[in-house]
Amino acid sequence: MTLNRRNLLKIGGAAAALPLLGSKAFAQTEPLKVGFVLVGTINDNGWNYAHNQGRLYLEEQLGDAVETVYVENVPEGPDCERVLRELAQQGCKLIFATSFGFGDSVIKVAEQFPDITFEHATGYMRADNVGTYNARFHEGRAVCGTIAGHMSKTGKAGYIGSFPIPEVVMGINSFVLAARKINPDFTITPVYISTWNDPAKEADAARAMIDQGIDIIAQHTDGPAALQVAEERGIVGGFGQGADMSAFAPQAQLTSIIDNWGPHYVKTAQAVLDGTWESKDSWPGLAEGEVMIGEYGPKVPEDVVAAAEAVKNGQIDGSFNIFTGPINDHTGAEKVAAGVTLTDAELLSMDWYVEGVIPPA
Amino acid sequence: MTLELVIAIIVTVVGASTPILIAALGELVVEKSGVLNLGVEGMMLVGAITGFVVVFTTGNHYLAILLAAGAGVATSMIFGFLTLSLSANQTATGLALTIFGTGFSALAGQGYSARPVTLLGPLFPAELAAHPVWRVLFGYSALVYFSFVMVFAVWWFLKKTRSGLILRAVGENDHSAHSIGYSVVAVRYGAVAFGGAMAGIAGACFPLLLTPQWAERMTAGRGWIAVALVVFASWKPFRLLAGAYLFGLVMTMELYAKAGGGPLSAIPAELWAAMPYLATVVVLVLISIRRDASSNAPACLGRPFLPSN
Repeated sequence: MTLNRRNLLKIGGAAAALPLLGSKAFAQTEPLKVGFVLVGTINDNGWNYAHNQGRLYLEEQLGDAVETVYVENVPEGPDCERVLRELAQQGCKLIFATSFGFGDSVIKVAEQFPDITFEHATGYMRADNVGTYNARFHEGRAVCGTIAGHMSKTGKAGYIGSFPIPEVVMGINSFVLAARKINPDFTITPVYISTWNDPAKEADAARAMIDQGIDIIAQHTDGPAALQVAEERGIVGGFGQGADMSAFAPQAQLTSIIDNWGPHYVKTAQAVLDGTWESKDSWPGLAEGEVMIGEYGPKVPEDVVAAAEAVKNGQIDGSFNIFTGPINDHTGAEKVAAGVTLTDAELLSMDWYVEGVIPPA
Repeated sequence: MTLELVIAIIVTVVGASTPILIAALGELVVEKSGVLNLGVEGMMLVGAITGFVVVFTTGNHYLAILLAAGAGVATSMIFGFLTLSLSANQTATGLALTIFGTGFSALAGQGYSARPVTLLGPLFPAELAAHPVWRVLFGYSALVYFSFVMVFAVWWFLKKTRSGLILRAVGENDHSAHSIGYSVVAVRYGAVAFGGAMAGIAGACFPLLLTPQWAERMTAGRGWIAVALVVFASWKPFRLLAGAYLFGLVMTMELYAKAGGGPLSAIPAELWAAMPYLATVVVLVLISIRRDASSNAPACLGRPFLPSN
């Protein structure tokens, strides 16, 4: 059901009146009401779109056992608190807050509603009734890096990043580590554009990199602008981020990393229904199907597809981890010894580049 | 740096500068008539979504530019009615127009964010632009040549025509212009409409010239740069041309330096991001040192016209 905040209030009022109608019909299988708080619109073809797809998947999988509502365009700040409280008061027993900046509000409201379960995406603060969840996008980057290592002719890739935060640095490192397993001379130049959403600047950054000899582009921003430039210039290609972007670059998209929150939402809702939910941090990836690799583009030869699939499957069955040593940092000094794998905590605070990254100033 | 790279940089700079230049030229005329419209960013976004939707549905880029201009005019008329007919505060109304344009374009653009379109192709046949050197001159789409023509046209209109003189008179001393029989409000409506059309076209540059897609807030603050540029250029069209290209050059060189290494890449990202604004401050200081230029601001700028009976 579609909801804006005004409707939400109306429905809240209607729900409050429902018991007057006689509660027999609802007595037996009252569905679990699940609320979603989104920072943007579900039409953004990226982050919020993916969370809404997860919501629809939840409805499809659990059917009558759940009922979902969502609120779009909730700003990070006091307004979020109000929306969370409204959702709680109108009977949601499980609430997903899907943006990093909602963290403080979630913790505050969760204290007031101890019998409601909250989950905060990409967050780090937990409480008895607040869990956190994220996805291992860097596993998908390793698959993309493998394709890049095979297909790049110049051995140089560009990477458009928003801000040098661990999440982005992790993706860059994963990408270049995978590419250098194929081509030991492979290098990558990250360009940070200090914004998540300025398509014209993304496109210009892509032009600047292509003009200076890179033939593969990866990006950790939300839009398809860089891919469109890759298509227009006819370079080897790039990768879709968050969703399949082949509509924008039918030739240039080599593959895409797809966010798939559905399985996590089903698992969490089921746990709440069964009474087995407990507060924890969940950080699943390819193995759980929360990160998926999209279709391979027409340009990717079969042997490269096979190599990419091997990296993907290795990460799914656990036989391969891109962050297992030996790993050198960008100066060539050994950072991770042979056979040692970086822990999750080390990944989440990653502030150094691996060998092959030409570090930005 | 090879010749190819220099040419590639020039081509990118031209693309980055064009929407700023077009929007700023419109605002220059508006301000010359004594009106300060801070709604440029909002009008650009309305132009951008209009241009995108028209290209998406009809595939006709020139129709898209035309209708984007029309949408810009329509949006600017909201501002015109409130500030000129109802004498509302121009600063507040302009800010409201930007907020309105941002929200309206996001609403109208729902469902269009996953749709690709095509860029407007070069104006001249590809053979003319085959050689890299000729590409610098003949390799652009009509929007780029339009921006150059408009620099000259705005200069000529303001300096050489009778209508331009009336417009400047209205901006410098509205009561005098009124007392000798010119309709101050009508002249200002015309100027605001022209500013709206130019902002609409500048907005259309985003899906048609820079990146063929729709994204919410895709102008990303360039409307504000355009407003700042008018002051930067001390209300002179050719200085505006230089200023727009200076801003475009700084914005582009940041990306080329970061992507290509070399000595320029040692400059931190924060300094690159601050550079256009530092340049504005420096120029403003230089202008105020030269006394004659500081008086170049239209005397009635931002003041509502209230004829005494």
